[in-house]
Amino acid sequence: MIEIGGFTALYIFMLSAFTGYEVISRVPVILHTPMMSGSNFIHGIVLVGAIVVMGGAESTLEQVIGFIAVALAAGNAVGGYVATVRMLEMFNPKDKKGEV
Amino acid sequence: MDIFIQVVYFVAAVLFILGLKKMSSPVTATGGIVWAGIGMVAASLVAFFEPGVFSHTSNVVLIVIAIGVGSAIAYITAKRVQMTDMPQMIAIYNGMGGGAAAAIAAVELVKMASGHGADGTAHELSGTAQVLAVIGALIGAVSFSGSAIAFAKLQGLMKKTIRLPMHMIINLGLFVLTVIAGAIIGFSDDVSIQLVLLFFVMALVFGVLFTTPIGGADMPVVISLFNAFTGLAVAFEGYVLENAAMIIAGTVVGSAGTLLTQLMAKAMNRPISNILFASFGSDGGDAAEEDIEGSMKEIQGTDAAIMMAYAEKVIIVPGYGMAVAQAQHKVSELTKLLEARGVKVMFAIHPVAGRMPGHMNVLLAEAGIDYDKILDLDEVNPEFPTADVALVIGANDVVNPVARSNPDSPIYGMPILDADMAKNCIVIKRGKGSGFSGIENHLFYADNTRMLYGDGQKAVGELISGIKEM
Repeated sequence: MIEIGGFTALYIFMLSAFTGYEVISRVPVILHTPMMSGSNFIHGIVLVGAIVVMGGAESTLEQVIGFIAVALAAGNAVGGYVATVRMLEMFNPKDKKGEV
Repeated sequence: MDIFIQVVYFVAAVLFILGLKKMSSPVTATGGIVWAGIGMVAASLVAFFEPGVFSHTSNVVLIVIAIGVGSAIAYITAKRVQMTDMPQMIAIYNGMGGGAAAAIAAVELVKMASGHGADGTAHELSGTAQVLAVIGALIGAVSFSGSAIAFAKLQGLMKKTIRLPMHMIINLGLFVLTVIAGAIIGFSDDVSIQLVLLFFVMALVFGVLFTTPIGGADMPVVISLFNAFTGLAVAFEGYVLENAAMIIAGTVVGSAGTLLTQLMAKAMNRPISNILFASFGSDGGDAAEEDIEGSMKEIQGTDAAIMMAYAEKVIIVPGYGMAVAQAQHKVSELTKLLEARGVKVMFAIHPVAGRMPGHMNVLLAEAGIDYDKILDLDEVNPEFPTADVALVIGANDVVNPVARSNPDSPIYGMPILDADMAKNCIVIKRGKGSGFSGIENHLFYADNTRMLYGDGQKAVGELISGIKEM
C-alpha cells in the first residue's frame, strides 16, 4: 500500500479537480447526457473500495454493510456502463437500428 | 504484488481520464467508454489481491455474490429501459454509487467503534481520514436517498412536490444536527455504534427532505449535482482507504459534475441556490394571472402540413412532450419527407429542454437524425427570423417570450429559443394547460401562432399523412 500523506492527497485532489474541469469544458452540449452517464460510470471505481472493505470485514454487521456496499457499487459501475454505451451507440451512424 | 496492484490502479486512472476526454467528441465517444470500462475491470480484479482481502474466504465468496447480484440487476434494468427514461436510471445508478461510498464509511466507522481492525489489532484511522470518512459518508448518503427521490419523481411515482410546513427550517435543523453528530464521530476517539447509526439515518432523511420540494423541471440540475456529490464522496473514501485511483476518479467526476451543474443552472439563468432552496412557481402565482392579449388559434393537421411542405426553412423545437409521446421516430420521418421536398430542416435544442442536458439530442440521435442538423441556442436563434415555420413539439417554458419581456415573471431573464420570431409558429400540445412551471405562455396567444392539439406522436403522424397526400 502506498502512503498518501495529507499534502500529497491535497495535490492529487487539486490536479484532479482541474483535470475534470478542463476535460468536460470542451464537451459539446449534444454529448452532455452521455457525458454525465459516463462520469457516473467512472465513480463506479467505488467498487474497488467496497471490495477492499468487505474483504476486511470482521463482524456480521460489517459483513452486511460491506455486502450492501459491494452490491451497490457493482450496480453503479455496470448500470453506468451499459446506459452510457447504449446512448453512445445512438450517435454511431453505422448501426442505426431505429428501434431499441 | 503490491507494486503490480499500484501500477494497475495508475493505468486505470489514466484510462478514466483519457476515456472522458475521448467522450468529448461524438466520433471517439464510444471508444472512450470502452477504455474507461477496461480500466474499471482491471482495477476491480486487482482489488481482490489487496492485503487482507483473501484472509477470509467467506468474505471473498460474499463479494462475488454481491457483485453478481448488483451487476445482474443493473445490467437487466439498463438494457431494458426506454431511451426516454434514461435520466432517472442515471439518477438511480448514481445514487447506488453514493450509497456504496456511504457504506464503505459505515464499515470503517463501525470497525472503529467496535475497536478492532482487519489484522485483529485496534482499528484506528488517522485524524484526517476519520474526518474525511464522515464527510464522505454524509455526502454519499445524501446523494443516495436524494437520487432515489429524483428517480421516483421522474418515473412518475411521486407526482406532487411535497412540502412540509416550515420545510426549510426543518431541513436546516436536521442538517445542523447531522453535522453535529458527524463532528462528534469525526473528532472523538471513542464512538458508539448507536451514534454512527443515528448519523446515517439523519443523513438519509436529510437527502429525502432536501430533494422532495424541488420541482421535476429542475431535476436535471439536481441529478447533475448528486453526480458531483457521489464523485466527491468516492474521493474522500479513497483517501480513507489510501487508494489513489479512487481519489483521482472521484475528484475528476466531482469537478466535472460541478461544472455541468453550473452550466445547466446558467442556461436557466437561475443561481444554483435558487433552484435548490426556492421552489419554482411558489411566487409566480400573481404573474400567471396577468392579462394576455389575443387567443389560442387552433389549426388542423392537414393545414399545418401544407404550411410546412411549402416552406423553405423549418425549425423544429422539441421538448419533454416529444420524449413522453415517444414521437422522435415520427419526427425523423417528417424530417425526411420535408427534406425530400427541398425544405431545409433544422433542430433547435434549448440547454434545459427535456429532463437532462442533451436529453433531446440523445432522442433525436436515436431516431437517426444527423447531429449537424441539431443546433444549440446561440447557433439557432439568429435563424428564427428567416424561418418560415417553427414547429414546437411538447416544449413550453423554453419558448415563452415573457422571459424576454416581463420582468415580473419567474422565468424573466432565462435565455429562450426565439420561436415567436419565425414567420409562422405551430405548437403541438396535448392540452390547453400551462407548462411545468405553471406560467402562461404568451407564444401560444401570438398572432402568428397556431395550435395543433394532440399527443406528440399522433399530431406528427397527421403532419406526415398530410404531406404524403399532397
